[in-house]
Amino acid sequence: MTDTEPYAIELKGISKAFGPVQANKDISLHVRKGAIHGIVGENGAGKSTLMSILYGFYKADAGEILINGQPTPIPDSQAAIRAGIGMVHQHFKLVENFTVVENVILGAEDGALLQPSITKARRILKELSDEYELHVDPDSVIEEISVGHQQRVEILKQLYRHADILILDEPTGVLTPAEADHLFRILNGLKEQGKTIILITHKLREIMEVTDTVSVMRRGEMTATVQTADTSPEELAELMVGRKVLLRVDKAPANPGEVVLDIKDLRANDDQKVERLKGISLQIRAGEILGIAGVAGNGQSELLEVLGGMIAATGGSIAVNGEQIDLTGTSSDGQSRRARGIAHVPEDRQREGLIMPFMAWENMGFGYHHDPKYQKNRLFMDNAALKQDTAEKMERFDVRPPNPFLEAKNFSGGNQQKIVVAREIERNPDLLLIGQPTRGVDIGAIEFIHKQIIALRDEGKAILLVSVELDEIMSLSDRIAVMFDGHIMGERLPSETDEGELGLLMAGVTKGAA
Amino acid sequence: MDKMPRWADVALIPFINLLLALVVSGLVVLYIGESPLEAMAIMVRGSVGSAYGWGYTLYYATNFIFTGLAVAVAFHARMFNIGGEGQAALGGLGVAVVCLSIPWPHWSLALIGAIVGAAAFGAAWAAIPAYLQAKRGSHIVITTIMFNFIASALLVYLLVNVFRVPGSMAPETARFAEATHLPNAYDVAPWLGFSRSTPLNVSFVVALLACIGVWLLIWKTRLGYEIRAYGHSQSAAVYAGINPVRIIMISMLISGGLSGMMAINGVMGEAERLVIDPVQGAGFVGIAVALMGRSHPIGVFLAALLFGMLYQGGAELEFEMPAVSREMLLVIQALVILFTGALDNMVRTPVERLFLAMRKGS
Repeated sequence: MTDTEPYAIELKGISKAFGPVQANKDISLHVRKGAIHGIVGENGAGKSTLMSILYGFYKADAGEILINGQPTPIPDSQAAIRAGIGMVHQHFKLVENFTVVENVILGAEDGALLQPSITKARRILKELSDEYELHVDPDSVIEEISVGHQQRVEILKQLYRHADILILDEPTGVLTPAEADHLFRILNGLKEQGKTIILITHKLREIMEVTDTVSVMRRGEMTATVQTADTSPEELAELMVGRKVLLRVDKAPANPGEVVLDIKDLRANDDQKVERLKGISLQIRAGEILGIAGVAGNGQSELLEVLGGMIAATGGSIAVNGEQIDLTGTSSDGQSRRARGIAHVPEDRQREGLIMPFMAWENMGFGYHHDPKYQKNRLFMDNAALKQDTAEKMERFDVRPPNPFLEAKNFSGGNQQKIVVAREIERNPDLLLIGQPTRGVDIGAIEFIHKQIIALRDEGKAILLVSVELDEIMSLSDRIAVMFDGHIMGERLPSETDEGELGLLMAGVTKGAA
Repeated sequence: MDKMPRWADVALIPFINLLLALVVSGLVVLYIGESPLEAMAIMVRGSVGSAYGWGYTLYYATNFIFTGLAVAVAFHARMFNIGGEGQAALGGLGVAVVCLSIPWPHWSLALIGAIVGAAAFGAAWAAIPAYLQAKRGSHIVITTIMFNFIASALLVYLLVNVFRVPGSMAPETARFAEATHLPNAYDVAPWLGFSRSTPLNVSFVVALLACIGVWLLIWKTRLGYEIRAYGHSQSAAVYAGINPVRIIMISMLISGGLSGMMAINGVMGEAERLVIDPVQGAGFVGIAVALMGRSHPIGVFLAALLFGMLYQGGAELEFEMPAVSREMLLVIQALVILFTGALDNMVRTPVERLFLAMRKGS
């Protein structure tokens, strides 16, 4: 490109405040035409706010947007579409029971009658699909195609609306490694056709792999923009957090003892009566971490829920420390599980692990509110003891601010998770169930939580780890089991496998003996 | 912190809501050609300007405290108990059965018996919708409303066919025995200037005790903790091993029991017999009281007092300003409910913004 060619997107001095929170502070950004530009930053760094301003969801308090060198006010998403900006959201905006072509024309119909639009769209989709190797059948129904395909439909939707600038928000969160690779190939193809792509992610590996330029955001500010070729994951992590971070998890080899958890042929349905666990058998020993890898929605959640007493099993058996535990009926609830020494950090801390309007001290007793040390007498709870206990645990787990009277919703994601982890780990359980321990958690807190998990293992406890972050599974687990469609596809040792092999298992492909 | 101070939440906003309701009510009074200020003065004077007025205001407030607490307790478990009307009617039946069937030696014992009877009958009437909600998923709002009609019809049937005094034309029970009559404000504190016939009676004390009891229950006991947890997040409650069926049943039983206890005031303390429609809409007013009181016992008490004033002041207004009809009073009361309950966010959002702006400025 020449010096005179304008930038595809130029942001000048964008600021945006939500009440007292300055989400974006004087942000300037230059995105070259035909480039893949990464934006990284921790949760709450202001990435999403910035993109929402660019897409017209929010109005900036100050600053200017230039598209292809022209000052372009973007008051709403219609204006963004007119300016050639397309957005692929983290959570797809597709009508599940519509076909691909129906979803694509939704909101872009040519007239009152659908048929001409559909015919035209089908032809254009075919062309687009071939041109960019998207491999999407215009007439398949959304709910019947894979998540990777659904994402491509979202991309097609934007291309159909003549988007030249594509914004992808955390696009790989729901994809298998193979699907993610395919997505990156598509993005490279789009780049070669002259499209400009902005990729928002918190996965440094993806940034290194696919982007040309990367901008780092921290606390609402743009802290750096560098050429990807000139940087390293370590440097980016440091820019994101503002201090040196340990990306690798330090841990000694496991020293497995007796079998703590023994699951045989476990079956369970979700609330739609669809079978989600189709005969799971697993063992976890004292002093080891078993990681469950898998794309979200393949039964991992149900496994945690059955073990944690949130849903009943329909078949099979579970033994803890050699004793069978109830799978249905009144002694299969969360209270009975806790009494058995099973602690549970649930996947969704905001919906399950915490009561958001409760204060920290009320949350610190949640699930353990029958504990005799929290009771004053038969009638009343000993709230003073619970508050005291909370203050100590917040201190030990470095929860910030260490204020037991702050409501859970007012803590950051990382500190909310520390409250849950503190509550569960401090019970000194025999078995810890931990789902998505670091989802939406900042890097500093990730490091801390990982250390706590390892420390618990080293005390000789059994840990079942479920995570959709393959990196996390690889670095924490002593053994890895891969789940697909309610089955265990196989078990591997982290030292003897790689992401490629796990990725295939996650997609349900078995090579040889599993 | 993205919050306004607590005093603004619990005091300022209800006050602004109330003020708006009064302004609009004033416009209504102006429209029919009367002076809003004079109407206002009559209402205030009539409700709190004399011992006579206080006697009625606090009598009504007693009813509303019970029904308001009932709605508040259920609401902490995120259940909307619209059935206060029917539960209180059944509570009246419970009071009548207790008072008529046992030869009580002293009113204090009779009061304890009546509390048990009223609460048990009210709770039993709430138990059926609660069970249907907990086990069958039938929506509690629909079923409790329907049970109001069933209660009303049942009461008419029983009063006409079972409890009516032989030879009497009135569909009501016999007068309760003298020993069960509750002391009224004149009996307890004649020096305060209450007349011998004031309806205010010791049930008011029971209502205050109920406020304290509910406060202890919700914020100091494990059951209250579980009720609040379930109300905020059912999925989290399941995670913690809190049994949803148990919480729904218990919170509705307590709610129904509190509604039922309302009847002690009217049936035992005032009418001294069970008549047709002993509740007179207090069950529904309880919803507004709980909404305005933010489901907190202190808020419920204050809101009940306000509605007591509206009822008594309204009655005086109707008497002194013939142009203001019964229906007009309902309009005014409805405006208060509308502004304090349904339109709460209309005031809340701008006030919150104002506080944030002030904080940023300082």
